[in-house]
Amino acid sequence: MNKLEVNNLNLFYGDNHALKDISLEIPARQVTALIGPSGCGKSTLLRTLNRMNDLVSGVTISGDVKFEGEDIYSDVDVKQLRMRVGMVFQKPNPFPMSIYENVAFGLKAQGMKDKKQLDSIVEESLRGAALWDEVKEQLNTPAFGLSGGQQQRLCIARAIAMQPEVILMDEPTSALDPIATHKIEELMDELRKKFTIVIVTHSMNQAKRISDKTAFFWMGELVEHGETSQIFNQPKDLRTQGYVSGEFG
Amino acid sequence: MDTVNKIRTSELQLAQKQTYDWVEKGFHLLFLCSAMVGVISVATIAWFLFHEGLPAFQEAGVSELILGREWLPPALFGIFPMIVASLISTAGAVIIGIPIAILTAVFLAELAPKWLADIVRPAVELLAGIPSVVYGFFGLVIIVPAIETLFNIPAGNTILAGIIVLAIMILPTVITISETSLRALPSVYKEGALALGASHIYSIFKVLVPAARSGILTGVALGVARAIGETMAIIMVMGNAPAMPGSILEPARTLTANIAMEMSYATGVHASALYSTGIVLLVFIVLLNASLLYVNRKRSF
Repeated sequence: MNKLEVNNLNLFYGDNHALKDISLEIPARQVTALIGPSGCGKSTLLRTLNRMNDLVSGVTISGDVKFEGEDIYSDVDVKQLRMRVGMVFQKPNPFPMSIYENVAFGLKAQGMKDKKQLDSIVEESLRGAALWDEVKEQLNTPAFGLSGGQQQRLCIARAIAMQPEVILMDEPTSALDPIATHKIEELMDELRKKFTIVIVTHSMNQAKRISDKTAFFWMGELVEHGETSQIFNQPKDLRTQGYVSGEFG
Repeated sequence: MDTVNKIRTSELQLAQKQTYDWVEKGFHLLFLCSAMVGVISVATIAWFLFHEGLPAFQEAGVSELILGREWLPPALFGIFPMIVASLISTAGAVIIGIPIAILTAVFLAELAPKWLADIVRPAVELLAGIPSVVYGFFGLVIIVPAIETLFNIPAGNTILAGIIVLAIMILPTVITISETSLRALPSVYKEGALALGASHIYSIFKVLVPAARSGILTGVALGVARAIGETMAIIMVMGNAPAMPGSILEPARTLTANIAMEMSYATGVHASALYSTGIVLLVFIVLLNASLLYVNRKRSF
């Protein structure tokens, strides 16, 4: 069962053809890694999946993106889409408020006021992001007091508090040290049981370690996609082979 | 490249430390002197105000001066009505002007289409450049008669007229600084909030405005300082009666107006009392800045 389906997607930034005729299926409850050199369009594709590109002016899109069979670029409520397709960014971006308020933010934005219910979702989400034990004594302190790795797990907790079905991750560990990275990767192994994960990564080792499926992008094209083991061990395309073996990119 | 090679090859060893780097030190001194101009000015102004104003406090008594309700030089020097007038006109301007200014800043930074922002922004900047005497003129011709008609009172030169003129005058400062600090926010705040399914407006009020809080507060403080220090426009629209106002539909005289109107002919204790009016103004500004520092430090995340 495919959670997300991209069909013949073309995306332009003004005249710049950033995504060229992309077709890709993203299966449910698996980790799909998008890899490729900088500027290849992998982050752009990720941002079409929850319509974050809407914020950029001058973007035109053709083709379609289907979430559970429904075209997300037709007349859908973007806010609902984003609740169901959560996102974690490259740099940890907690809001300037307390840890608790960060996790409760999305729920409160939807008008949830019941303190008990909020409390329990905040705890559950922080546990789900493997952060609860570290912060349970300081829920009301500013989120900026946390380390970078903790902040990123807080952002994951904030995303899973919305009980999304998909979590998009845009190089979630590129700003973190190896130990914090390891923790996030361990966490992703847990998250894949409940969520569909799409991750953009620059680290081929990370893609190899955590993903089930891998898609390789090159200059706006989707060159090759398939099982991660196949992409890394028997790539069909020469460009894929060159990239995963570290010859360029 | 040649120069680099020459330096490299001609001196294989690291050069000896120069005895004294005149250029470096010279610039240090230049920066220091520039920084001192502001400090020395403020110190001089404070010293001069206290030097001239303290005799009035000694002569008339601190409480008689600050809490006295009658201003009848050369006998009585009570400036309490003027303190009240200054505070009320400033507070009124803040209550009306700040929300408008912050909403405008949000509109310019987040909501306005580019073509509209390109009209609103220059208009606001132009507002900043208009001399206060022109504001006073505008108040006198438009606002004062409007108040007369609206409230059916004989003279529209009232605190309310002052409040409205001041509210307009503080707009450009607060708008410009707030908009700049909203625009300076990294885009990740907005993206993060929207990615959680929050609406644009909710994100603005719950994330962006709080994140830009310290910049916005700086704008507010500058606006308040402008309002409390404004003289010319206030003299033109507020009626300037030195008595205790009973409501905002009565005329009143602010601290600044008091100094400006009487300085030309005051002598002796009277003149000194005007300087002490200046001291009170200075104290207000210091309190304002201190409370801004305090608020910014207290809740900075």
